[in-house]
Amino acid sequence: MTKVDVNGRVLDLHADPATPLLYVLRNELGLNGAKFGCGMGQCGACTVQLDGKPVFSCVTPLAACAGRKVRTVEGLGSAAQPGRLQAAFIAQQAAQCGYCIAGMIVRAQALLDKVPHPTDEQIRRHMEPNLCRCGTHHRILAAIRAAAGAPA
Amino acid sequence: MRLRTLAAGVAFVAVASGGLYAWTRQAAIAPAAGPPSPPSAAVLAAGARVVALGDCMVCHTAPDGPAYAGGLGLKTPFGIIYSTNITPDPDTGIGRWTSAAFRRALREGVARDGHLLYPAFPYIHYTRMSDEDIDLAYAYLMSRPQVKVKQPANDLVFPLNFRPLLAFWNALYLRPGGGAAPAAGQAERGRYLVDTLGHCASCHSGMNLLGGERSPAFEGGTVDGWRAPALTRLAQGSAPWTRAELADYLQGGLSLAHGAAKGPMRPVTERLAGVPRADAEAMAAYLMTIQQPAGPAAAIPAAAQTTTSGAALFAAACASCHAPAAPMMRLAGRPGLARSSAVLGDDPANFIQTVLHGIPWERPAPGGAAAAYMPPFADVLSDAQVAELAAWVRTGAGRPAWPDVAAASAKLRKEMQP
Repeated sequence: MTKVDVNGRVLDLHADPATPLLYVLRNELGLNGAKFGCGMGQCGACTVQLDGKPVFSCVTPLAACAGRKVRTVEGLGSAAQPGRLQAAFIAQQAAQCGYCIAGMIVRAQALLDKVPHPTDEQIRRHMEPNLCRCGTHHRILAAIRAAAGAPA
Repeated sequence: MRLRTLAAGVAFVAVASGGLYAWTRQAAIAPAAGPPSPPSAAVLAAGARVVALGDCMVCHTAPDGPAYAGGLGLKTPFGIIYSTNITPDPDTGIGRWTSAAFRRALREGVARDGHLLYPAFPYIHYTRMSDEDIDLAYAYLMSRPQVKVKQPANDLVFPLNFRPLLAFWNALYLRPGGGAAPAAGQAERGRYLVDTLGHCASCHSGMNLLGGERSPAFEGGTVDGWRAPALTRLAQGSAPWTRAELADYLQGGLSLAHGAAKGPMRPVTERLAGVPRADAEAMAAYLMTIQQPAGPAAAIPAAAQTTTSGAALFAAACASCHAPAAPMMRLAGRPGLARSSAVLGDDPANFIQTVLHGIPWERPAPGGAAAAYMPPFADVLSDAQVAELAAWVRTGAGRPAWPDVAAASAKLRKEMQP
């Protein structure tokens, strides 16, 4: 059993400690926001926060999460009550196919938590590890700017 | 009495410093009357090759900064030295330098205005460059776009911020070259590229307490928290390098038998990507001539016991790429970790650095071949877990686990760029 704080609730997780966190979130906890993209820490679709830092959950061992705080896109709000950043992504219609969006939002949230009013350069640099194959980057950037209170 | 002694002391230091200043200060070379005439396409191409082989851009460009405009902070044991602007801007770069001034800088480590340059600039190697290559490099650099930017002042410990002291250092380490072309032959060309232009010894020889390169050369050094491996023992051990593998690595940043160029070596291979293959082969040929026969294996203190948690961490974090059946191994033909120089080395620094930082996506650079990528694990793994992983991977490579990896990881993590 591995004790992990997931979105504010401390849970005892049964999965083998050698399991990547992504599978634990999706299969054991039913948190399907984070997606499997490449499985090699290259695309960012699986991004979650570990102690506030964005990490690729597909290559994050459950063993490395013991006693730490995991935050997923579900922890930022719900469909009924989206958080500020999620609402901005909806308002900007930042999703095309949507596969990358949960990872995008979670990574962007990590920046806004640390730097509430980032410059465009800071946003671009911070978001670099996450890929969107549909090419909605302009809307993703606009959503992050809007959530940060900057003109989109 | 005490006051008089003090006054005399101050006076002595002032006079001595002044004298040293006057003695070491070289004459200024008059500024160039105007920009040099634009070089021919052939000169430009030849100059680009010299500048790439000399790795000028690696130090003289800040991260994301304009090419050759300087501003990269070089961390030395004596403080931080910021690389200078070598674009042809007349006010902040070398736009007023004549070719004679440029040649003196490379030969003697003296700026156009006569002040001594810090040996972070590898003039002790460039001094042996041929006159022709110096002129080619000058022509190329003077044809680059001008960038007007004043770089930050160096942040060096007293008294090293007093440049005239460098005259003593130069007396110890500078053996000025005569400008002759290198001897003919592939290995001789390679010696020139490795020893003179490429100044490989700057990192791969290590530094003594005076900031001089250790002798004998190429026994390995440390730079920016990475281990620059000995270049004299490449043909030893369980994964010996061949000449062709070295040439691949130097030019492509990747040897399919040993792994990818990482850390401070990465930008070097990015620059070498643009030179003719013959140059990489010449360097490899020369390096093969300096290999030492394998001695008795050094006894490495082994860490007590490997843990099974290393296996669990590997399975989740590493196996999707590094397991024998992973697509990266089966389809892309990447080497197993048991052949990786970072795993086989006697020092865990490069393993730890790679795990913590990963290997970043290559910045788009002309001629740069896509080499390798690895995600960073600094925010995922604790120092103890890095140590467990190291023990597991080392065991898999048939080597004893390194001692004190967790402490080394904590130290390197602290030195990480914010």
